[in-house]
Amino acid sequence: MTLKSLLLGAAASTVLSPMAMAERGSDGHVGIIYWQAPSSLNPYLSGGTKEIEAASLMLEPLIRFDPTGKLVPFLAEEVPTVENGGVSADLTSLTYTLKEGLLWSDGTPLTTADVAFTAEYCMHPEGGCAQSHKYDSVKEIEVVDDRTVVVHFKEPQPYPYSTFVGNQAPIIQKAQFAECLGARAPECTDANFGPIGTGPFVVTDFRPNDVIQLEANPNYRDPDKPAFATMTFKGGGDATAAGRAVLETGEFDYAWNLQLAPDVLANMEAGGKGKLVSAFGTLVERIEMNMTDPSPDLSREIRATREAPHPILTDLAVRKALSMAIDRDLLVEIGYGQAGRPTCNLVPGPEVYASDNTDCLTQDVEGAKALLEEAGWVDSDGDGVRDKDGKKLSLLFQTSTNAVRQDFQALIKQWWSDIGVETELRNIDASIFFGGDAGSDDTFQKFYADVEMYANNFDGTDPQAYLARYRCGTEPSPSSQWQGTNINRFCDPEYDAMIDELAKTADLDKRSELAKKMNDVLTKDTYTVVPLVDRGRVSAHSLSLGGVALNTWDSEIWNAADWFRIK
Amino acid sequence: MLTFTIRRLVLSIPTLLFISLVIFLLLNLAPGDPMANVPITVPDEVKQRMREALGLGESVYVRFYKWMVQFFWIEPQVLIDHYFGTTFSEGKLRVISWQTRSPVMDIVVQRLPQTLWVVGMSYVVGVLIALPIGIISAYRQYSVFDQVGTFISMLGFSVPTFFTGVLLIVIFSVKLGWFPSIYDTTLVVNSWETFLAQLRQMVMPVFVLALYNASQISRFMRASMLDNLNQDYVRTARAKGLSEKVVVLVHVLRNSMIPVVTVIALGVPQVFGGAIITEQVFKVNGIGQLLITSLQANDLPMVQTLTFIFALLIVLFNLIADVLYGVLDPRIRYD
Amino acid sequence: MTEPTEKVIPGSGGATPAGALTEPVPVAPVRSKWRDVWDQFKIHKGAVLGGIVFLLIVLSVFLGPLLWSIDPSYIDIRARNQGPSLAHPFGTDQLGRDTLARMMAGGQTSVFVGITAMALSLLLGTLIGVLAGFFRKLDGILMRLTDLFLALPLLPLLLVMVMLFRAPLSAAFGPETGIFILIVTAIGLTSWMPTARIVRGDVLTLKEREFVLAARSIGTNNTKMITRHILPNVISPIMVSATLGIANAIITESALSFLGLGFPPDFPTWGRLLFDSVDYLQQYPERVMWPGVAISLTVLSVNYLGDGLRDALDPRIRGR
Repeated sequence: MTLKSLLLGAAASTVLSPMAMAERGSDGHVGIIYWQAPSSLNPYLSGGTKEIEAASLMLEPLIRFDPTGKLVPFLAEEVPTVENGGVSADLTSLTYTLKEGLLWSDGTPLTTADVAFTAEYCMHPEGGCAQSHKYDSVKEIEVVDDRTVVVHFKEPQPYPYSTFVGNQAPIIQKAQFAECLGARAPECTDANFGPIGTGPFVVTDFRPNDVIQLEANPNYRDPDKPAFATMTFKGGGDATAAGRAVLETGEFDYAWNLQLAPDVLANMEAGGKGKLVSAFGTLVERIEMNMTDPSPDLSREIRATREAPHPILTDLAVRKALSMAIDRDLLVEIGYGQAGRPTCNLVPGPEVYASDNTDCLTQDVEGAKALLEEAGWVDSDGDGVRDKDGKKLSLLFQTSTNAVRQDFQALIKQWWSDIGVETELRNIDASIFFGGDAGSDDTFQKFYADVEMYANNFDGTDPQAYLARYRCGTEPSPSSQWQGTNINRFCDPEYDAMIDELAKTADLDKRSELAKKMNDVLTKDTYTVVPLVDRGRVSAHSLSLGGVALNTWDSEIWNAADWFRIK
Repeated sequence: MLTFTIRRLVLSIPTLLFISLVIFLLLNLAPGDPMANVPITVPDEVKQRMREALGLGESVYVRFYKWMVQFFWIEPQVLIDHYFGTTFSEGKLRVISWQTRSPVMDIVVQRLPQTLWVVGMSYVVGVLIALPIGIISAYRQYSVFDQVGTFISMLGFSVPTFFTGVLLIVIFSVKLGWFPSIYDTTLVVNSWETFLAQLRQMVMPVFVLALYNASQISRFMRASMLDNLNQDYVRTARAKGLSEKVVVLVHVLRNSMIPVVTVIALGVPQVFGGAIITEQVFKVNGIGQLLITSLQANDLPMVQTLTFIFALLIVLFNLIADVLYGVLDPRIRYD
Repeated sequence: MTEPTEKVIPGSGGATPAGALTEPVPVAPVRSKWRDVWDQFKIHKGAVLGGIVFLLIVLSVFLGPLLWSIDPSYIDIRARNQGPSLAHPFGTDQLGRDTLARMMAGGQTSVFVGITAMALSLLLGTLIGVLAGFFRKLDGILMRLTDLFLALPLLPLLLVMVMLFRAPLSAAFGPETGIFILIVTAIGLTSWMPTARIVRGDVLTLKEREFVLAARSIGTNNTKMITRHILPNVISPIMVSATLGIANAIITESALSFLGLGFPPDFPTWGRLLFDSVDYLQQYPERVMWPGVAISLTVLSVNYLGDGLRDALDPRIRGR
């Protein structure tokens, strides 16, 4: 956390010092480049990060996360809590009060009718809303008056902040989207491409997968903001070109997510036109161990299901040794540089939930060998591969096709061969690996391999749903059409009990303690999940752009209203 | 001639229908998933609902039929509405892209200008360079000029554009800072400065593509000139005492242009198809970039429509090339 | 679409001085014809040079690993990102793998893809061309098929094919072999048409020649006729197509790899190496130069070779 707080401190000081209290539009033009171009500006129709972040310039939620992961009110007057009476004592309802005098960018007032409509829009069964999981727990939205709205939940929510919270669930205008409910949603092209919002900017021209032109919102609630009169939001190309455009040629002011080799980035930064900023969220690159047997010799009914336990990986010593053989520092250095740090945690942040688990950080090849030796895995036939009871330590290691992941695979294969484990590598096109097609044998859910590597994270700052993924019975299996969240087929009644307890606990300290314990069960106690790298965000901004506060908990450009030109 | 053209036009209809079916079936064999780019934090049930909202629940035949109706019946109505202000297409469902959830044709129309500017300009420049080079190379066969010209044109289609493009960016945008590395599609040319800006951002992509086009066309031009230079009629013309200039530039050139013109016509559809790699390298978000991004996102309606438009243009320009051939070369008679 | 080409050949073919030398005289012994070809080929300096360079590249790529025995996939993490040195003449990559070894391994794939795809496209093209030219009944339908294929938008289609079938094929044959089969087939299937048309045109004219009539009059059957009399005489356009086909296939493969649709990242090919090193262009320009130059040089030499062959074998089809 030290790096982040340092960066934040730096960002905060730049915000404060040269604040020449500019007026709206006085700083001219600003250019943002996202190397993946947004295809729509309606976050409810497209779940992609690029669309959600682009839309966050126009659309705002009631409350959202700041760079430290704390909730801050945006359209609401304050963050409702049990203490201030915003959350009912039985945790079944949440009351929001809107700020006074809020206007849409077209000049009409924003009322709770818009808030209620937003929920109706996303909860419509035919709409295919990409964020509907944010509204799953809602029973009813009750409009009390123009500024007060109550969200009633189906059941008590110890952590109630998902509906209307964060960049994925912003408020849309009822007048604009009223005709776009359900199946008619994609027909409203004008609305989807230029949503009327309350944010600092207004779309003047949107070209899908290419570029967005914006101008300052004349009705933005702070009369002095935004400092920029116009904005260009360019998309497309690749991370290298985006980095070059900000750091070397200075064509743009802000470049998003520069996932590049560290030495390439360092070289670009030496160009002297801009600087890199990074921050960490909850995205963890990990190796998942398959607790079930993926052998193709098994019948399709029991292959990779709990009925067929894995012949080798059910041995804790093997899993632990595999983890010990990995040099995480080197992986970070090669793959992510500034945008990564080694981790042993499944939940690496926010700070309150991060366990102090660091035992995996040092590579220990000898220790791993000894551990295997002790557990009876010896190389009895002299072919360099350990075996026990006629079972060879031979693994199939799969991941999605991606240059960094293939580098990781090659390195890990070499380390594992050092401790006498034979590895076969396989990579699968990302659109299939993550595609979720039950008919394909190559999805990460089906897990027809011994170990697999990918990255996952959770929305917002609360890990409850994320940790609940490992509940026994939620594993993908033939009977669930291979849908399910418990990828490892981990099964432990004690862990399930902790999940239930977490769902009932509202006290933050207790939640934190429990979540850390659950994290440890999955990682250092059982090595079911072997975390490798905590993947942060590296973005770049030009030296003349002030006010940037990189946020990994919400939209990266969440505070574009505060950006200004350093003169 | 007219009957030939009409016959060919009629014949091309089943060809096109067949092509559209082939493309459609090919795409629908795809194991990919349009939801693959949605973050894995979005639950599976939500993704399933989104898929259904895209119409993926229906059978292939129904989807093909719907696409045919939308493309051949509704889209032309939209076009008519656009030009004459009528309201034929009101309330009818157009071909909708899965990725943007907006009409495919609108995006195509939006992308065309930059593709036509860059790829079209490079084609024109390429042709303008290629013709004189081809003529001189042939006239002075095996001279130094011919050798150098041959070498350059060989280089032109041997060195891949993704190599030359990247090289140019590093030299001219990063090191020298002369040209922008990212193409600005929103630039409106309305003054001398904007014209210069447009020119500057077009220089590198146009150069790369023009080199490639010029190499090919100059080879054709050279070969065609060589074929003609040794013909009897050239000897006759010279014997009549016509000046060398008239012989080469009037007699030989006119006949040599016949096959070259058809080759140029055949290349036009590629202009509309955009240059996938060059657009990618120089960030010209045109048709080529649209195709590759929609392929990556598994946006089948978009891919289907784009490939079919290419097919349409190729068939059309093949026909134009044939007709041109007939018009230019009196020896060809289509009866 | 086919009519004009067919009719124009006799007109534009004309007796050129160079052509007179190589015009295959039917009764002349075969040996002297190839001698003429060789004489003509020798004049074309570029072609000879191209041939030598191409041969050298092929030899070094396939025999080089015998001399340079570093495993291209061996990771020496301490020696990563090194410039050219004695231990690593071409330097090392970001994982410390030897670039020279990877270039040779990549070259094997690239050249092999080129040759195999060319062979497939030639096979298809010659088969269809000969059948269409020889059997009048098949002509219409086969040429319609050729036209249909020519009307397909090839590059997009190639991309679509690679996108769609990479998963099933790599599942069936393993990632490398699967992609190899896919790329070779895709390139072969989309590039046979020019060969077919040229071969058909030649077969049509050959069919009217006296030696074919003579062979027919002594009762030669069709199979014999094609293999003994027709094929040897259309070998020249096929050879020219072959060289162009290799060049085309190598470029196509590297373009696919460059778009990230080719071989998997851990499997080197020249296109893939180029794609991976583009990011490092500024720090380690040599890393981009090696594969870039290798691709360009191979294609250039093959194109020169083809150009010379064309001049030597059949000046009439120059430029087509």
